[in-house]
Amino acid sequence: MIFATVGTQGQFDRLIRTIDEWAGAHGRTDVFAQTGPSDYHSKHIRAERFIDPTEFRKRVESASLVISHAGMGSIITALELGKRIIVMPRRASLGEHRNDHQLATAKRFAEQGCIMVAFTEHELVNKLDQHQISGEPERLSALASPRLISTIRTFIETGRIRFENRDISS
Amino acid sequence: MLRSTVFHRKRLRNNSTLQSHSVRTKLLAVSSGGGHWVQLLRIKRAFENCEVTFVTVHESYRAQVPGHKFYLVNDANRWTKIGLLKAAGRLAWIVWSEKPDIVVSTGAAPGYLALRFGRMMGARTIWLDSIANVEQLSMSGDRIGRCADLWLTQWPHLARPNGPHYTGSVL
Repeated sequence: MIFATVGTQGQFDRLIRTIDEWAGAHGRTDVFAQTGPSDYHSKHIRAERFIDPTEFRKRVESASLVISHAGMGSIITALELGKRIIVMPRRASLGEHRNDHQLATAKRFAEQGCIMVAFTEHELVNKLDQHQISGEPERLSALASPRLISTIRTFIETGRIRFENRDISS
Repeated sequence: MLRSTVFHRKRLRNNSTLQSHSVRTKLLAVSSGGGHWVQLLRIKRAFENCEVTFVTVHESYRAQVPGHKFYLVNDANRWTKIGLLKAAGRLAWIVWSEKPDIVVSTGAAPGYLALRFGRMMGARTIWLDSIANVEQLSMSGDRIGRCADLWLTQWPHLARPNGPHYTGSVL
């Protein structure tokens, strides 16, 4: 099962069309896509515009591969559930987002090696062709880094901003 | 950087450390949808001693925070003035009726508004800039920094001596 998702903000038909054509060319019938507010009629994959967060998590859970825009909701959920994810960033010049921050996010996360990134449709097709089920990555824990949690908790409880041994508000 | 109300509250708490905490800290946790909401859920362990009320933009998120008070607000973005005004009115009302001690947000526009109103009402405010902002802070993040008591970025290279501070990320 492959799950493709573009979030709720706007259409990202460039991603959906590429996956639809790839699925057609390879006879894949196990692809489901959440397409957002899109008028694109997919021919080879099942599609729905929006799904609720519970179904979203279920879809990710049952997928062997997630393909998504570079939205943090999709990326974090895939990592939390230990799924491999290919990300294609939205581009402002193509009217896919207000700015190019997804490009920057994708680059930075790719450097860290936790996600795969396709910057173009061509790269996406290549990555899909190469993708094979070779074990799933390690799951991310369900919580933020302990140091971040402790900074916020300390501030809530004492009103102090404390980093390690440094107390900057006193 | 902290205002006098905060020190007052802190004194009160220190005087009553040995008594049982009959009144829990009231915390308002605000975010828009998608990644902002997912990031808010990943830091909610930090609020576990508080009475937490969530404010977000999709009814379907309610099921993810069972047992908590939950408010909906329209998903204002900077480009629609009417949407922004509507959200501002709604958030002002929520902050007024909840009277939180702390307002925390992971973005975006609704969180910015909630922090502004929270601060006016004497709450302490926390802004955690989204991990999606890797090259520069979000626009509301840059503006909000000046009215957040605790201003955090999730990328070390974006941290500055007077904030935002870096102390780890949601990942």
